[in-house]
Amino acid sequence: MSETHSETVAYVRETMLPPEPPPLAESGAIKWLRENLFSGPLNIALTFVGLGIVWLILSTVGPWLSHSVWNAGSMAECRQIIAETWGQGASGACFALIKHRWNQFMFGFYPQVLYWRPVLAFGLLFLALAPVLFSESAKARRIVLGLSMVLTFVIAALLGAPVAALLGMAVLMLAWAALIETRPQWSLLASLVYPFIAVWLLWGGSLWSEAMVLAGFGLGFAVWRVLAARFGLLAFALAVVVAAAWWLLLSGPLASALAGVLPLRLRPVSSDQFGGFVLSITIGVAGIALSLPLGVILALARRSDLPVIKLLAVMFIEFIRGVPLITLLFVASLLLNYFLPPGTNFDIILRVIIMVTLFAAAYMAEVIRGGLAALPKGQYEAADALGLDYWKAQRLIILPQALKISIPGIVSTFIGMFKDTTLVVFVGLFDPLKAMADTIRASFEWKGAYWEPYIFVGAIFFILCFGMSRYSMYLERRLKRDHR
Amino acid sequence: MVTYTGADNPPFRLSMLIYDRRYRSLTLQAIVFILVMLAASWLIDNTLRNLSAMGKTLSFDFLFRRAGYDIPQQLIPYNSDDTHLRATVIGLLNTLLVSILGCIAATILGVIVGVLRLSSNWLIARLMTVYVEVFRNIPLLLWILVCLAIFTEVMPPPNAYRGENPAANMILFDMIAPTNRYTAIPSIGMTNPPGTISLGREGISWAFIAFAVVIAAAWTGWRVLRNWAQRVQDRTGKRPRTWWISLAMFVVPVLFLTWYFGLHLVPPVLRGFNFADGINLDNAFVVLWLALTLYTGAFIAEIVRAGILAVSRGQTEAAFALGLRPRRTMSLVVLPQALRVIVPPLISQYLNLTKNSSLAIAVGYMDLRGTLGGTTLNQTGREMEAMVLMMGIYLALSLIISAGMNIFNSRVKLKER
Amino acid sequence: MKKSVFFGSVTAVALAASGALAAEGDTLKEVKARGVLNCGVNTGLIGFAAPDANGNWSGFDVAFCKAMAAAVLGDATKIKYVPTTGQTRFTALSSGEVDLLARNSTWTFQRDTDLKLDFIGVNYYDGQGFMVRKDLGVSSAKELNGATICIQTGTTTELNLADYFKANNMDYQPVNIDSNAEGEQQYMAGACDAYTTDASGLAATRASFADPENHIILPEIISKEPLGPAVRHGDNNWGDIARWTLYALIAAEEYGVTSANIDELAKSSQNPEVQRLLGTTDDLGKMIGLDAEWAKRAIKAGGNYGEIFAATIGEQTPIGLARGLNAQWTQGGLMYAMPFR
Repeated sequence: MSETHSETVAYVRETMLPPEPPPLAESGAIKWLRENLFSGPLNIALTFVGLGIVWLILSTVGPWLSHSVWNAGSMAECRQIIAETWGQGASGACFALIKHRWNQFMFGFYPQVLYWRPVLAFGLLFLALAPVLFSESAKARRIVLGLSMVLTFVIAALLGAPVAALLGMAVLMLAWAALIETRPQWSLLASLVYPFIAVWLLWGGSLWSEAMVLAGFGLGFAVWRVLAARFGLLAFALAVVVAAAWWLLLSGPLASALAGVLPLRLRPVSSDQFGGFVLSITIGVAGIALSLPLGVILALARRSDLPVIKLLAVMFIEFIRGVPLITLLFVASLLLNYFLPPGTNFDIILRVIIMVTLFAAAYMAEVIRGGLAALPKGQYEAADALGLDYWKAQRLIILPQALKISIPGIVSTFIGMFKDTTLVVFVGLFDPLKAMADTIRASFEWKGAYWEPYIFVGAIFFILCFGMSRYSMYLERRLKRDHR
Repeated sequence: MVTYTGADNPPFRLSMLIYDRRYRSLTLQAIVFILVMLAASWLIDNTLRNLSAMGKTLSFDFLFRRAGYDIPQQLIPYNSDDTHLRATVIGLLNTLLVSILGCIAATILGVIVGVLRLSSNWLIARLMTVYVEVFRNIPLLLWILVCLAIFTEVMPPPNAYRGENPAANMILFDMIAPTNRYTAIPSIGMTNPPGTISLGREGISWAFIAFAVVIAAAWTGWRVLRNWAQRVQDRTGKRPRTWWISLAMFVVPVLFLTWYFGLHLVPPVLRGFNFADGINLDNAFVVLWLALTLYTGAFIAEIVRAGILAVSRGQTEAAFALGLRPRRTMSLVVLPQALRVIVPPLISQYLNLTKNSSLAIAVGYMDLRGTLGGTTLNQTGREMEAMVLMMGIYLALSLIISAGMNIFNSRVKLKER
Repeated sequence: MKKSVFFGSVTAVALAASGALAAEGDTLKEVKARGVLNCGVNTGLIGFAAPDANGNWSGFDVAFCKAMAAAVLGDATKIKYVPTTGQTRFTALSSGEVDLLARNSTWTFQRDTDLKLDFIGVNYYDGQGFMVRKDLGVSSAKELNGATICIQTGTTTELNLADYFKANNMDYQPVNIDSNAEGEQQYMAGACDAYTTDASGLAATRASFADPENHIILPEIISKEPLGPAVRHGDNNWGDIARWTLYALIAAEEYGVTSANIDELAKSSQNPEVQRLLGTTDDLGKMIGLDAEWAKRAIKAGGNYGEIFAATIGEQTPIGLARGLNAQWTQGGLMYAMPFR
C-alpha cells in the first residue's frame, strides 16, 4: 500500500497525521470541571451554593475538631490544655471524655473483669452468621471468620480474660470454624445453638438452664418428626404440648441436678448492669433475629384464606404500626405488671426485646407482604400445579423469591429497629446515646460536655447502620438471578 | 332406582375435622380463635384483679378534674384552672401541629434533595448523598438532642439583644430573633380589624374567614377555568393561555383584603426578660420540628429519587415522539407514573413522622404524650386509662392516614388482568 | 436477674408465674423470694441518688434503700435500682415495678389517697425555691414577672409554680424538662432565667456547677415539700416495715447509736429503748415478719439518719446542706421517731 501512496500527487496527504491532543478545554481536569460543575448558569449557581455550604461547615467545625484533646482527666483540665496550646479563647473538642469513659460507653456497668464475655458473645455472632450470610463466597467467609476470630481473641486477651477462658475460647472458635468449613450443613445447627450460648455468656449463671430450654425445642421437634407422618396437624399440637410440659415440669429440677453433677457456671450479671453499646447490640441482634421469622408468619397470616387468622393478623399489625414505639415501651416497662398475675418478675431487657421485636415484626410483615404480592401469579399457580401443599409451596417456591425481592425493605427495617434501641432510655435503661451521656455529664469532671458524646455515639451508629445497608446492596447483587 | 351418594358426599364424621381439608381450616380457625380469646380474657381478668387489689377502678372521671399545670405552647386558650380533658386536647393539637408542619417541610426538603441528588453537578450530588446517608443511618433521638444542644448552647440568650451595642442582632430585617429559649418571629397585626365571632373561649377573626372564603372561591374558579380550557382544546386543538387569569384570581383578592384590613407584620420587641409583641416559638417546638424535618427529609429524598428513576426513559421519549412539550410531558406522562411509586411510601413516612413526634419527651415539648401520657397521668395516677386513651388516639390518627393512603392506592392502581 | 426467671418467662410466662409465686399483695414474701429489693430512685441527682462510673449508686435516698435491703434481706447490696423520672415514678410503684419508691417525692393528699400510694414518713423536710444567675439582678421571687422558668414535669413543683404565679398575678413562661440533667443544661445555657425545684435539689445542682458563686438561691420558699419514701397502698405490713426502718434510723441518731458503736451498744447498752431497737430485748422484728436484728442491720448499712445526712448531703459534702428543719426534735428540728415499744 505504501507504494501506491508514494505515487500519488503532491497535494494529497500520504500518511496519517499523528493525532493532536484535544483542546485544553476538552481534556483533563478542566473538562471534568466544566462538565460536572459549571455546565450552565444553574449548575454554576449550585456549585457556588455547595461550596458555600462546605465552607460554612468546615469553618465552624474545623477549628473545633482540630483543637481536640485526647488526654485529660476532666473538662476543666481539658479546657486548660486547649487554652495553653492554642491560645486563650480557642475552643476545642474534649475527646478525652471518650477515652476516659470508654468502658462505660461500650459496656455500661458490666463488671470490668467480665468484659471478655460480651466480646466473645459478639465475636461468636460472626461465626454463627458466616454460614448464613457469606455462604456463597468462600473467600469473603474465610476473611470474616479469620478476622472475627483473631480480633475477638486479641480484644478479650487485652481486656484481661483469664487464661482458662482464653484457651476455651480458642478451642471453641477453631472447632466451630472447622465445622463451618468442612460440614456447612451441620454448622447451621451450631448457628441455631448460638443464641443460647450468647445468653449464657452475657447473663452468666448455670449453662444447664439454657441447655434444658434447648432440649425442650429438640424434644418438640423430635416428637413432631416421629408423629408428623401419621397424625399431621395433631403431631404439631402434640409437639408443643410435650415441649411445654418439659419446660414447666422437668427442665428446672433436671437443670439443678445436672448442675450438681457438673457445675458449668459463670458469674451471673444482672440486667441493670447492662448499658452502652452492649445493651444496644444485645437488644438489636435479638430483635433482628426474632422479628424476621415472626414477620414472615404474620405476612403469611395476613395473606391467608382463613378469615379469622387474617383478621387477627390485620388487627395485630395495624395496632402495632399505629402507636409510637415509646408508648409500647412504656406499657412494657410500667403497665405490664398489671396484665400479669401478682408477683410475676419479668426481666426488663427481655420485655424491651419482646416489644422491639413485635414492633419490628409488624413492619417486617408489611415489607414481606409487599414481596409476596409482587410475585407473579404464575408462581403460585405453578406451585399448585406441581401438587405441593401450602407449606411446601411457601417453603420451596414462594418465600425464597418473595424474601429476595424484599431484602432492601427487610434490611431497612433492621436498621430502623437498631436505631430505635436508643429509645430504651425512656424506660430507665442505660442506652449509649442519652442515658450514658447524661450520667457522665452529671459527674463533676465532665459537666458541660455536650457535643463529644453525641459525635462519638453517632459515628458508631453510622458505621453499623451504614455497614448493614451496604451489605444489603451486596446481597441484592449476589442474589440477582435475572440476566439483564 | 338407587340413589348413589358414596364417595362424593360421605357422611360427616368427627375425624374429618382433622383430616378433611374442607373442615380442617375451620377447626384450625376455631382453635386459634379460642386460644386468642382465652389469652385476652386472662390478661383482662388479671388487670381487673390487680387494679381492684390496689383499690383502683377504671374510670375516666379524671379527665374532668382541674389540671393545675401550665403548658408552654397552646393553640387554643388554656390555663391551669382548665380540665385535664382540655389539657389533652392542647397536647393533641400540639402533636398535630408539629406533625403537619413537619410533613410539609420534610416533603419540600425531600423533593429538593431527591432531585438534586440526581443532578449532573458532581459537588451537589455528592453533598446530597452525604446528607441522606448521614441522616438515615443515625438515630432520630440523636438529631433531636443535637438540635436541642445547638439551640440552647449556640443561640444567644434574649438579653444579648439588649442595649446600645447588643451582642446579637436580629436577622431578616430585624424580624426574627433566635434565642436559646424561643425563636421570636413577627406576628400579624391589623390596622383595621373586622372583629371576631366568639365560639366559647376561642374567637375566629372575620378576617380569617374572609381569606378562607376568597381562597376557596379562587380555587373553584381555577377549576372551572381549567375545565373550560380543556373543552376548548378538545374542540379546537388549541389550548387557550390561562395561567395569568388563574394567577390573578388568587392574587388580586388576597392583595385587596390585605390592603382593606391593613395587614402588616409586627416585629418582636425585647421587653422585660423576654421578647413581646411577636410570636415566641418555643424552642422545644422548633427543635422537634427541625429534627423531624431533617430526618424524615432524608428518607423522602430517597423515595423521590427512586420514584423518578422508576419511570423509564422510553416513556419520556415516547411522549416527545408524540410531540408533547417537555412541561406537558412532565405533567402528563412522567409525574403520574412517578407519583404512583412515590406516594405510598411517602405517606408511610408521614405516619412515621407523626409517631416519631412522640419523641417530644426528649425536649419537653408538651404534645399528647407530654400532657395526657405525662403530667396528667402522673398527677392523677390513672396510668391504665391514660395510656389506653393515648394509644387509642395515636391509633386513630394513623388509621386515618392509612385510610387516605388506601384511597389513593385504589385510585391509581394498575388494573391487573 | 435470676436465670430461672428469665427462661421461665421465655418459655411460659403465664403458668410459671401464677403457680410459683406468692399470694396477692404480700410484698415482703415476694421480696424475700426474689432475694432482691427493687428500689425506685432518681435518674441522677447528685447527693440524693446517682450512679458513679462503675454503676454503684449512692446518695441520701439510696441510703434508705440500702437500709431497707439490710433489714429485710440481711444484705445492703441486694438491691436493683430502677431509675425513674418524675413522670414514671408513681406508675412504676403502683404497677409493682418497684417495691419501694425512695425518690425525693412530696407527700400530698392526692398522692396519698387517690394515687393509692402510702407515704411512710418524711425523710427530708423541703420547700420549693428558685435559683437565678447573680448578674440577673433579681433578689426576690416577686421580681420574676415575665421570666422563663425551667421546671421538671410531673412534679408538685409544676403545680406550685402555677399556683404561686397566679396568686401573685404574675406571668411566666415554663420550659419543661424531664430530668435534673436537662434542667442543668438548659439553665446553664441561659435557656431559662430561673430554675425551680426543691431547695435541696437546687443546692445540689448549684454545688455541682463550676462557678457556684455566680448563682443565688432566692429567699422565697413557695411551698412545703415533705419528701418521703412511698410504698403501694394496701400492703400494710410492708408499709410498717418501711416506716419503722425509717424511724429506726432517726431514733438511732436520737439515742446516739452509730454504725461504729452499734455492736458494742447492742451488748452493753442499758437504755431499754436502745435494747428494744437493737433487738437485745423484746423481739419487735417478729411483729413485722422480720428477725430481731433487722433494725441493727438497717443502721449498720449506712449509719443512722445523721450519719447518712452528713455523708451524702451534709455540710461537709459539696452539696453543703444544713440540717435546719431536718435536725432532731431535741435540736429544734422536725425529725421525731415514734417510740419503739
